[in-house]
Amino acid sequence: MLSRTADSLYWMARYTERAENTARLIDIGLQQSLLPGQEREAEASLAGMLGLAELLPIYQKKFGDVNPESVIRFMVLDEENPSSIWCSLHNARENARAVRGQITTGMWETMNSTWLEFLKLCDEGLPLSDPGKFFEWVQMRSHLSRGITIGTMFKDEAFRFVRLGIFVERADSTARMLDVRFHAIESQEAKTAAQDDEAPEQAVRDFYHWEAVLRSLSAFEAYRKVFRDTISGTRVAELLILNPDMPRSIASCMNEVVVNLQEVGNGNSGETRRRAGKLASTLQYLTIEEILETGLHDWLTKLLADIDDLGGRIRQDFLVL
Amino acid sequence: MFDEMLLENGKVRPHYSGFDRWKSSREAGFLESKKAEADHLFRQVGITFSVYGDDVGTERLIPFDLVPRIIPASQWARLEKGLAQRVQALNLFLKDVYGRGDILRAGIIPANRVLGNAQFRKEMLELNVPSGIYSMIAGIDLVCVGEDEWYVLEDNLRVPSGVSYMLENRKMMMRLFPDLFGEHRIAPVAHYPDLLLETLRQGAPDAIEDPTVVVLTPGLYNSAYFEHAFLAQQMGVELVEGKDLIVDDDTVYMQTTHGKKRVDVIYRRIDDDYLDPEVFNADSMLGVRGLMRAYRAGRVTLANAVGTGVADDKSIYPYVPDMIRFYLGQEPILHNVPTHICSEADSLKYVLDNLEQLVVKEVHGAGGYGMLIGPSASKAEIADFRAKLIAHPDAYIAQPTLSLSTCPTMVDKGIAPRHIDLRPFVLSSPSGVRMVPGGLTRVALKEGSLVVNSSQGGGTKDTWVAAD
Repeated sequence: MLSRTADSLYWMARYTERAENTARLIDIGLQQSLLPGQEREAEASLAGMLGLAELLPIYQKKFGDVNPESVIRFMVLDEENPSSIWCSLHNARENARAVRGQITTGMWETMNSTWLEFLKLCDEGLPLSDPGKFFEWVQMRSHLSRGITIGTMFKDEAFRFVRLGIFVERADSTARMLDVRFHAIESQEAKTAAQDDEAPEQAVRDFYHWEAVLRSLSAFEAYRKVFRDTISGTRVAELLILNPDMPRSIASCMNEVVVNLQEVGNGNSGETRRRAGKLASTLQYLTIEEILETGLHDWLTKLLADIDDLGGRIRQDFLVL
Repeated sequence: MFDEMLLENGKVRPHYSGFDRWKSSREAGFLESKKAEADHLFRQVGITFSVYGDDVGTERLIPFDLVPRIIPASQWARLEKGLAQRVQALNLFLKDVYGRGDILRAGIIPANRVLGNAQFRKEMLELNVPSGIYSMIAGIDLVCVGEDEWYVLEDNLRVPSGVSYMLENRKMMMRLFPDLFGEHRIAPVAHYPDLLLETLRQGAPDAIEDPTVVVLTPGLYNSAYFEHAFLAQQMGVELVEGKDLIVDDDTVYMQTTHGKKRVDVIYRRIDDDYLDPEVFNADSMLGVRGLMRAYRAGRVTLANAVGTGVADDKSIYPYVPDMIRFYLGQEPILHNVPTHICSEADSLKYVLDNLEQLVVKEVHGAGGYGMLIGPSASKAEIADFRAKLIAHPDAYIAQPTLSLSTCPTMVDKGIAPRHIDLRPFVLSSPSGVRMVPGGLTRVALKEGSLVVNSSQGGGTKDTWVAAD
């Protein structure tokens, strides 16, 4: 397959996945802002999210305060913000257009109509008037595009590059999301301990916090099934980092990366496969306690660097002309 | 004014009577609602084109008209013979002028008109084109001016486009009106990509058993990108850009995820000027450095060959009937439009005296730009062209204004006659000339307009060759 084609397929999938994850991330922040006593946390986590994507300075220059409406304008509608859903869906569609001959008609039409409908929904003001409904729409379109890929695409190299794009992007996103959420609760615990007597009981607040995290990764039901226990941050982290059967966990994403890398392997890609395999098996044998010993934030930071390295290597081995 | 559906007394011609009955049996507004559905589908499928001068990335739909253009099969049979004959002669002409030059020595065409032509590529002299076929894909523009009275308006032997619309229009009509196809016997066209692939494979350099064919596109923002992607997909071959190809040791390769892979046949949708910065336009980012070396070494086939423009140039057009007589010893089946070559003093005088009745075209013009349509032009436009003609007579030809046939077409105020033309696509390979029945019908949507080009507000229709 042409290197340029592989590159476009890979990025088409990454951008589609990115749009979905951005929608998940903002949606949970906004939902939390609806709960009593949570406004501050919601705001802090929205700011944290912008900070993680290194967007906070650009945001502040444009909008000033962090508030839900401006965050939606910035993260959904802003054509100049490379991380906005606008840009993700646009890039996904442009990459699809560049390879429309290599993907199935159904896939192309799905990517194309997602973009056209997105423009229409923005025109109608849905992202601001009913953000929940809008973010659900973004997620459903991503499900649809993944489903039609699996359901119609020939399982050759092209398919593998699409899958690689999905799981590299998703591993990255789950790691970032966990980092933000743990950071949010830690800083809040510190504040609560210091001053806030009237806040609801810590345990109750924690429940809503972790419940939101789980729901935003479609993991609430799985949590109940796996642990049959009350919701705690440690167990949430365990599920979303280490459980190989949890579709959005980092371990599960890395397993997929390994499998798909094996399928497309060429003469140059040995080292990339080795590194991916090492990362996947580390995740397989690691315990959550060991991660917490290192400190979650530090561990996730290192992991994000490893994922970034993998992305760069895939590009070097297969995609660069 | 000749209407293809209606007789002068308002009665429907026999080959449209089935369609007319079908339309009359539907409730009012039926076609309008289908029209909205068709537009939605075209947009979803992304059958769009971009227009130079619009913002980068702006995509437009080519207006699609739901009233089909119907050609009786008996008429088509004659057209098909005439097209095959014409394209065969044009290919022999190209082989001749880049080779022995018999036709020039015989004095059939003035040598300077060929050798001094801006479209003549001296790089092609003494170059052996694999399989000897220069224009493997030709689009011949025809107009009908009366009952079974057809003229060739121009030959397109370089990179004719529009075939994807022919195919998508048919698909759309079958999707919207399956019952119509049950009632008529309409010749199918969907096998065109298969014929094209076969043609390209047959044109591969000798001794290549299983040739690798690619489509070379200028890229995403080219106005015909949809068509390039569409044809590559339909043929199951790679769609490449110049940067995907490299030439090594006079052999063309594409860069793949598993290293370099040899390419044998390039269906290129890039103009000659941009093909190879080593030989042509040095600033071209679209082409492939060294491509002409590989071509000269006979290690790759370009479809179409470089330099085919010398045969479809408007100053060569008047000689095509003579080519047919010279190479094939046959009388031309299809008529040429009588053409005045303005570089000849007598012709120029006649043209200047009769500008109000004539169509004046730039010799190298295309896309319906840079022409004067005398009968509908203003005094100022005519004066402007008069000055241009006197200054550069050799840059122009003139023809009588033909009254193109009309076909009923959906417009804002209902259904009204609009002028149409026809572009059949003719494929040539060593084993012969082939085409699918019909072609692309373009329609000038503006009332009275004779300009059918999509860049100037033209639309398209599905074209039926229907059993008489």
